[in-house]
Amino acid sequence: MNPRKRALHVIALLASALPGLTGCRGGGGDTILVGEFASLTGKEATFGISSHEGTLLAIEEINAAGGVLGKKLELKTEDDQSKAGEPANVVNKLISKDGVVAVLGEVASSRSLEAAPICQQNSIPMISPASTNPKVTETGDYIFRVCFIDPFQGTVMANFATNTLKAKKVAVFTDVKSDYSKGLAKFFKEGFTKAGGQIATELDFNGGDKDFKGQLTAIKSAAPDAVFVPGYYTDVALICIQAKQLGLNLPFFGGDGWESDTLVKIGGDAMEGHYFSTHYAADAASPKVTAFVGAYKKRYNGKVPDAMAALGYDSAKFLADGITRAGSTEGSKLRDALAATKEFEAVTGKMTINAQRDAVKSAVILQVKGGAFKFVETVSP
Amino acid sequence: MEWFSQQMINGLALGSIYALIALGYTMVYGVLRFINFAHSDVLMLGAYAAFFIAPAIQPLIPLPSVTGAMLVTLISALICAGIGILIEFLAYRPLRSRPKLTVLITAIGVSLFIEFTCQHKAVFGADTKPFPQLLPATDFHLAGLVVGSNDLVVVLVTAVLLAGMWFIVQRTKVGTAMRAVSFNQQAAALMGVNINRIISFTFGLGSALAAVAGILYALKAPGIEPLMGVQPGVRAFIAAVLGGIGNLPGAALGGLLLGLLETFAGGISGLSSYRDGIAFAILILILLFKPAGLLGKATVEKV
Repeated sequence: MNPRKRALHVIALLASALPGLTGCRGGGGDTILVGEFASLTGKEATFGISSHEGTLLAIEEINAAGGVLGKKLELKTEDDQSKAGEPANVVNKLISKDGVVAVLGEVASSRSLEAAPICQQNSIPMISPASTNPKVTETGDYIFRVCFIDPFQGTVMANFATNTLKAKKVAVFTDVKSDYSKGLAKFFKEGFTKAGGQIATELDFNGGDKDFKGQLTAIKSAAPDAVFVPGYYTDVALICIQAKQLGLNLPFFGGDGWESDTLVKIGGDAMEGHYFSTHYAADAASPKVTAFVGAYKKRYNGKVPDAMAALGYDSAKFLADGITRAGSTEGSKLRDALAATKEFEAVTGKMTINAQRDAVKSAVILQVKGGAFKFVETVSP
Repeated sequence: MEWFSQQMINGLALGSIYALIALGYTMVYGVLRFINFAHSDVLMLGAYAAFFIAPAIQPLIPLPSVTGAMLVTLISALICAGIGILIEFLAYRPLRSRPKLTVLITAIGVSLFIEFTCQHKAVFGADTKPFPQLLPATDFHLAGLVVGSNDLVVVLVTAVLLAGMWFIVQRTKVGTAMRAVSFNQQAAALMGVNINRIISFTFGLGSALAAVAGILYALKAPGIEPLMGVQPGVRAFIAAVLGGIGNLPGAALGGLLLGLLETFAGGISGLSSYRDGIAFAILILILLFKPAGLLGKATVEKV
């Protein structure tokens, strides 16, 4: 054990002793208080709303089946408005004021990265449903996720571009404001060049920009076979509209940041035929998925759950499983139980937590067809 | 060469929108000598007005159509003119005799108030909403170049409105009064100019321009949210300063220049993440050598 790790452990021990001193952490009595922070409003609102709905459904199902350790779970949700700075505020509040035993959130990597150090310092396990940037769990040993990570997603998309799209030259268009986008772009480039492909050109935008024609014209003149846009849906929709206007009729493809109804609502025709990788397909034929889709539709007026909803659901189920196996809600015991998770049957596929506290599982590729997302293929790790 | 021409087209289309927004900034400044920071939020309100009006008039005039788009824009512009007059009446008029700085800070306050009120769930909500297609859009292909019909509309509307504004300010009675108020409010009042009415008119006109700009901006990027005005607002403000604040053709020139700079800087691989940095660095350089702006007149402050 190196000195730095040792120091971390001492801090962790001290921090885990604190709750004992202050008492009544975690709702006390007959409920276990679970915190959640999500982007319920703002730019990535559909992500937050989906993951929240999934999480809530899971908590309700767990409670209906008798709860965990004989207690009911109580979900305390905070909205971070898709804004930088806000996650730190709300997670601090959840931990120090409300006294939650674990924190579920966020979808966006940048915002998970903001909350992770706070959870780590307080020895409160944090489970991100859908942050795919590797840095998130590198923050410390209390940080987990139930989704795959960008090196995997980047490789999947690189193989997809090489094998399915038969692309030799790909242009990469990155959102420099987002850790998620930069990470995914990097891993895609590594994977694609390793597979023998060539990066035609690289251009950047700032998330929230409205005019992309300058960059898209440069992409057009580089004459690639396809364009990789690892962005979020609001930007991606505008990019695809303006690309279509410029006569850039190439396949565009990206990562799980694309998955939202809003993508097609804003993008319309311009989105047709484009591809993205994500965590699960609602039209996949597996009993676990069918049961989840049925329950979700019943709970939310016929709404079809997207990947974020499925991951939110999985994050809560994963936590409940951890608490049950730990037999306690104490931070360090819960962490050990979560870290030991193997072959957990989640809606988004069978997953095992590795030494980096990342979930090892498969990815799916979807295509936009007739305004809906259609299953193309599954890629295993 | 094709790349260059295409970027010119992209840049002019973007710059025309900045120019249109800058017209509103510069007009209010010309009369009142203060920057109405809430202008960019009126722009957002204009886009939202159209967003709610479009489905309402759909049964009467099917959209997308030219008449439908004109009607929606007209109603939105009227609504925003009303909002602009109201903002002036409630927030700026009580402070008119106070130092200019007080009004300026109030303007920033009004801007934040509108932005964050609109982000509330009960108002518009903070999520991005798909903007309806108001105009039938086609793309014209000429020798490898692509010109969108919406881009042509933007350029045309900006040119017409610029000419219209110039006519109102220079050739009409109310314009003469506006210029008189701009020179000296007290003297204008003594000559029988109704100052309150002229200032309200200026705000109404400026806000109507913002609404038109907001709708054109939303047609270009059809996803609207309560903070959509911030980015173009800042750019248009800078465009107005660049052209010489208070000067109408200057605002248009500044807007076009900024649009071109941004588009060209954004279209260079490796530099595209510094797009705004490059554009603004060039602006700082221009202002270092021409502090009053490109078309502004240098004034000597009497002490």
